[in-house]
Amino acid sequence: MKDIYILAIESSCDETAASVVVNGREMLSNVISSQVPLHTIYGGVVPEIASRKHIEKIDYVVNEALKTAGKELKDMDAVAVTYGPGLVGALLVGVGYAKALAFGAGLPLIPVHHIEGHISANFICHNTLEPPFMCLVVSGGHTHLVEVKDYGEYKILGRTQDDAAGEAFDKVARAIGLGYPGGPKIDKAAKEGNPDAYLFPRAKISDSPYDFSFSGLKSAVLNFLNKEEMTGHTVNVPDVAASFQKAVVDVLVSHTVEAAKEHGFKKIALAGGVASNSALREGMRLACEKEGFELFYPTPILCTDNAAMIGSAAFYEFRKGIRAGLDLNAVPNLPLGSAFPG
Amino acid sequence: MRLLAVDASGRVASVALSDGKNILAEYSVDYNKTHSQTLLPMIDEILKITETDRASLDGIITSKGPGSFTGLRIGAATVKGLCNALRIKVLGISTLEMLAANYLGAKKLVVPLMDARRNQVYSAVYDCDGEVPKAVCGDKARSIEELAECVNALERNVIFLGDGVEPNREYLEKNITCGFRFAPAHLNLQRAGSLLAIGAALFEKEAVSGEELEIEYLRMSQAERVRMEQTGEKVIEKDCINVESTGKDHA
Repeated sequence: MKDIYILAIESSCDETAASVVVNGREMLSNVISSQVPLHTIYGGVVPEIASRKHIEKIDYVVNEALKTAGKELKDMDAVAVTYGPGLVGALLVGVGYAKALAFGAGLPLIPVHHIEGHISANFICHNTLEPPFMCLVVSGGHTHLVEVKDYGEYKILGRTQDDAAGEAFDKVARAIGLGYPGGPKIDKAAKEGNPDAYLFPRAKISDSPYDFSFSGLKSAVLNFLNKEEMTGHTVNVPDVAASFQKAVVDVLVSHTVEAAKEHGFKKIALAGGVASNSALREGMRLACEKEGFELFYPTPILCTDNAAMIGSAAFYEFRKGIRAGLDLNAVPNLPLGSAFPG
Repeated sequence: MRLLAVDASGRVASVALSDGKNILAEYSVDYNKTHSQTLLPMIDEILKITETDRASLDGIITSKGPGSFTGLRIGAATVKGLCNALRIKVLGISTLEMLAANYLGAKKLVVPLMDARRNQVYSAVYDCDGEVPKAVCGDKARSIEELAECVNALERNVIFLGDGVEPNREYLEKNITCGFRFAPAHLNLQRAGSLLAIGAALFEKEAVSGEELEIEYLRMSQAERVRMEQTGEKVIEKDCINVESTGKDHA
């Protein structure tokens, strides 16, 4: 069978990224232009600034991805792009560019769901991994427990009812003075702290057992910090970080393992930026060991937003014959699992 | 020389195609759909109807701003993608100059204005009695009061046009002290054909690669502005572009 080369583009949040991926599994390049330092002074991503940076960087990132792969546009079989969910202005840059690039080069365009991309990052890192498996997608914008039935076939079993896990990390990190982005900073601080120093709540949602809620936990941490301040106590930052992190990880691990058991899955995968979190990896590893499950997660660089994961997901869509028209639009709240066009 | 022109900076999406001498096709749409949905199908359509192979395109002329931030980026993303795929260059022209060019040859001064929200208009005053429009007051996001002051000080007959006219029609009628007129509907539209009229002759000399094409927003993002105001930094915005002599500019 002929090898399929896909040039993939991702611009849904604050990373401009492009990648060349072969057959959905082999990544020939993975170029990411991160804007994190730019947004740090604002304590979070500013959509207009992100969009402006995307349009400045997109040519460079795409050309660099081709160059690193040792390929030219004419060697590609398709162009792929994230069309949702994400920041609409940011998505529009990638979508507009990818459409015109594909149109100019006479190539088919594959529309990709951002979360489907995160899940597919595992296919690049684990050549033998195949569906079905249970996937926990956790990032700054998303917390989803997804049943991956087949390539491109998903069922959402649980999702957050308020804050995404990564969002809770950012907010708590800000409150204890660690700054943005919160995930890596809490992870680091927690290594010096005692995870059992404080007991923060683990939310259970009675009628939807696999859903998550992190705003109660976040408030509990903020209230605790307030109370300590009012009573003149200094808090131990590493202890708060570790205890908060443990509360998040406990819920993520228990929901995922319960869901896998109930649905008869033997494989669990992690995806998204928070999948880099060392406590989550360790907690999930221990739980999987106990249950006899196999655990998969991408390398840290493929956990963050990147285009290689989009190229992987696109390959399976490409095989199914899914193509976007010239009128493809960005869909900021694109649901996962809906057939294209959504 | 086959040149494609693209404008998505305002409410209208417009594309046009020239063979170097004549405009072979022009297509403008002012309809309640995003430019993301309309722009590329419109380009496809004019290439098809004129039996033009996209690989035969020699370059693109586009409006580089000011205008709607999102619209400008949809236009620029489309243009950059095409330039990269087809290995062609692009010439960026001020959106306001493009609008003024609707009146190329007019003896009156031409005042294009586009809605800039926050009680401002992207606006300029152009002298169109020549080969290309010449800025008398440069492109800037200004209040309608400031624009009226600019125009009144020039003491010349003027024509107002662009999508910023309608919301400010009453104000202008009351406060403009020189002779003025509003453009009729067909001359009020942002038209890609106007980009070809003024840009074709400049293309060889001034075109840049798609990667080098820069958008002229004429305004910082809200977040940057607020932060600079809070920290007491001076808000410096690149404004009043496109004007050679600032002597007449009352900005």
